[in-house]
Amino acid sequence: MPVIEVRGVSHAYDERRVVLDEVDVRVAEQRVGVVGANGSGKSTFARLLNGLVLPTSGTVTVDGLDTRRDGRAVRRRVGFCFTDPDAQIVMPTVAEDVAFGLRRRGLSQREVDERVAATLAAYGLDGHADHPAHLLSGGQKQLLALASVLVTEPDLLVMDEPTTLLDLRNATRIAEVVAGLPQQVLLVTHHLDLLAGFDRVLVFDEGRLVCDDVPEPAVAYYRKLMA
Amino acid sequence: MSTLGLYRPGTSWLHRVPAGAKLGGLVLAGIGSVLLDEPWQVAVALAVAGMLYLSAGLPLAAAGRQLRPLLWIGLVTAGFHLVVTGWQRAVVVVGVIAVLVLLAALVTLTTRTTDLVGAVVRAAGPLRVLRVDPERLGLMIALAIRCVPVVVGLAEEVRDAQRARGLTASPRAFAVPLLVRSLRHADALGEALAARGVDD
Repeated sequence: MPVIEVRGVSHAYDERRVVLDEVDVRVAEQRVGVVGANGSGKSTFARLLNGLVLPTSGTVTVDGLDTRRDGRAVRRRVGFCFTDPDAQIVMPTVAEDVAFGLRRRGLSQREVDERVAATLAAYGLDGHADHPAHLLSGGQKQLLALASVLVTEPDLLVMDEPTTLLDLRNATRIAEVVAGLPQQVLLVTHHLDLLAGFDRVLVFDEGRLVCDDVPEPAVAYYRKLMA
Repeated sequence: MSTLGLYRPGTSWLHRVPAGAKLGGLVLAGIGSVLLDEPWQVAVALAVAGMLYLSAGLPLAAAGRQLRPLLWIGLVTAGFHLVVTGWQRAVVVVGVIAVLVLLAALVTLTTRTTDLVGAVVRAAGPLRVLRVDPERLGLMIALAIRCVPVVVGLAEEVRDAQRARGLTASPRAFAVPLLVRSLRHADALGEALAARGVDD
């Protein structure tokens, strides 16, 4: 399991907008949830983990790889799934989008085709391989976005509110898929039900990590904080 | 299926022709179109385009769908030429536009975007000496194709929001939110590309 180390990390978009303030945390569990109000810094925290955001001060490492110094190697290990699938599907058709993540990996076309076919089948998208991605339903789009990340076989999957735009059925489907993944998963969410069975939950408030516990007490703390 | 001319899977001879050859053929057709000067010649070109659709296993209705977005441009162009240069010129100009759009759509309907992008990347290879990154050029084309339905969707949402608030058609009230949302989408797309290692 990759070890994520966040040491003395602060991040500010400008002098008046400090979004993370002296965060220290070490994560090595397989299922980690992150909760917090809008603007609490949880999405910035998630973006730190694959180098999408670099800390203003402090260091972030994944298995010893520094996100500032070893960004490329970190991104090969850390997959990222965003809230809005439309913003992360970059190719016009389903199979092409899954294949996009495999370019520059030194794979032959046959290997790419085989991995794409296996990934589409694993997530129930094999009947849509040549379909335009924009014609998929919201749930299918999020599954495609997830499949496009997982085809690269990352060691850690960071998901930033992947179910926020989905109905209950599709959110449940995504939760089932995530539950079955062998990878380490760090899930940022407002859907507290998804955190059942997780190993650990981090609660953020106003840029600070204010609670770090197993799900039940952490969620209770968060509910009290939001009351 | 969308009217954007996106790929339709198939096994016809046109599906099997390499993307580069199809793009080359399209360029030649564009150059050759300047030789069309008579309405009967345009009619023959349209008939050939129609036969190409049928030979690719695509119904003529698919060809019609490619032309639908051109209706207003075609009418305005035809009207201008009817008044200024006569009906024959109007038929030739509008007909040539229709033929070229049909052929371009036929290329995208019978070619995967990745194959098209691959052909563009190979063709742009010599531009490396000018510090142009062919792969980036190819990605730009793929993103442009991908973003068309996204922007169409955003425009529909903005229009629905206007209607819901009882606003009458106002170009500014339509354009500003559409522009803002398109820029936000571009921003999010850029972040997603970075997350998927495009800059690595």
